[in-house]
Amino acid sequence: MPPLPTDAIRPAPAGHRPWVKTTHWVGTISFLLLVFSGVEILMVHPRLYWGQVGNDLTPALFELPISRNYHHGGWTASQPFFDPARSPVSAGRTYDIFNQNGWGRSLHFLNAWVFVVTGLIYLLTALYTQHVRRNLLPGRREMSFRSVARDFADHVRRRVVFVKGPQYGVLQKLSYCVVLFFLIPVTVLTGLTMSPAVTASNPWLLTLFFGAQSARTLHFFCAVLLILFFVVHVIMIVRSGFRRHLRAMTIES
Amino acid sequence: MKKKQLITRRTALITGFTALGSYLLYRTVKSPAMPTYGSILRAGDNFTYEAQRALLSKRALAKEYSRGDITSFPAVGTIDPGDEKSPVFSKDYALTRHHDFSDWKLSVEGRVARPGQYSMADLQRLPVRTQITRHSCEEGWSAIGEWTGVPLSQLLQHAGIYPTARFVNFYAYDGYQDSIDMIDAFHPQTLLAYGMNGKPLPVQHGAPLRLRVETQIGYKSMKYLKRVVVTDEYVDPGDSGWAWYTGI
Repeated sequence: MPPLPTDAIRPAPAGHRPWVKTTHWVGTISFLLLVFSGVEILMVHPRLYWGQVGNDLTPALFELPISRNYHHGGWTASQPFFDPARSPVSAGRTYDIFNQNGWGRSLHFLNAWVFVVTGLIYLLTALYTQHVRRNLLPGRREMSFRSVARDFADHVRRRVVFVKGPQYGVLQKLSYCVVLFFLIPVTVLTGLTMSPAVTASNPWLLTLFFGAQSARTLHFFCAVLLILFFVVHVIMIVRSGFRRHLRAMTIES
Repeated sequence: MKKKQLITRRTALITGFTALGSYLLYRTVKSPAMPTYGSILRAGDNFTYEAQRALLSKRALAKEYSRGDITSFPAVGTIDPGDEKSPVFSKDYALTRHHDFSDWKLSVEGRVARPGQYSMADLQRLPVRTQITRHSCEEGWSAIGEWTGVPLSQLLQHAGIYPTARFVNFYAYDGYQDSIDMIDAFHPQTLLAYGMNGKPLPVQHGAPLRLRVETQIGYKSMKYLKRVVVTDEYVDPGDSGWAWYTGI
């Protein structure tokens, strides 16, 4: 009869901890619903600007061909507000635009609550259980040029394999840290900067992000990067053992 | 032997967040004012409303700009209720517009000691406020304009609002109806505006009188005002499919 494993030789747990699993999946669902409603909201006004304000009668930074509202020309003749030739103008809309923001906005904000609350629970637990220090922050040795270069080469040569438990590679750690401690916080803050009630109480947000329309544009770029992270994350999961990763994040303890 | 701590930082934080979350949920569930119509989206809107009321300053002013910051300003939604081809055509509006709004009057009713009809001259005799603010449309665009008008709080006090009042309801010529709570009604920047960018309010932007609620999204700033009704209870217009409170 083989001896029972002791603590010293027990293999690393294959599954993630229950609080990681729960926050991971609640976060995933709310993130996907945020992307879905976010795309709908962007389709209503697919023009992005830089600065305090921007609208159909002011120049755009760029415009996305993602709905019938793209470059629509349904406006009455412009009427200047002031006398000089370069006066700002007013024009009335004569075009029936695509607009599903009634449910789009409410769905976005409902899931923003779920996402932010889940994220806060995750971050606080991760800090207190040392999950951040032990598993997420790369060690000094890992951050050496050789180590990073080797991990990069492994990714390029598709040699990344499944490792039991939360033992992440250095690039994996770095991307998780950038998402958790930079991209998500900036996305949340730029989202709040679009709220008239939040910016009345917290005008520093308008200063920090160069205005509400700049915040909207930054919110868009952050969302694009988060979607990119999501896609690469799923690709890496599939490449390095989809079934085992899925088990580790669900039924395996 | 290490003394066992009764209150650790962890339990303190967990307790704190749970308490805050429970309090906000309690306010949402307890608040009898806003119906959810069985929709989880409206329940989410109500949670946002209660959270913003609990967590944000009720008196903080929205950022004000200078005259040089004024931008072009699209007119959307109803742009002329006096147009016979408009689906929200109003004969009354067409007539008063034909008379340059000289016979236009704002009716102030409901839970006030002195209900009455205010002509434009009556309104202009009340204290005036001019502000250059940002209009944020739910669609995603925004614009800066200068608004001149009477603070809603001044009108409500002039009419002798009762202390039990909780909502101010607005009715417009284009059939639009909406309401705001007392916090927004008494916010110093909440105006009944009759001037835009130094001139009388243009028809496209709601002549002769429109509401400005600077702490909410643009669609709360109703145009073409006809009637203001103060109530103790929330007047339920049914689920429009849009959030009633749009501080976000």
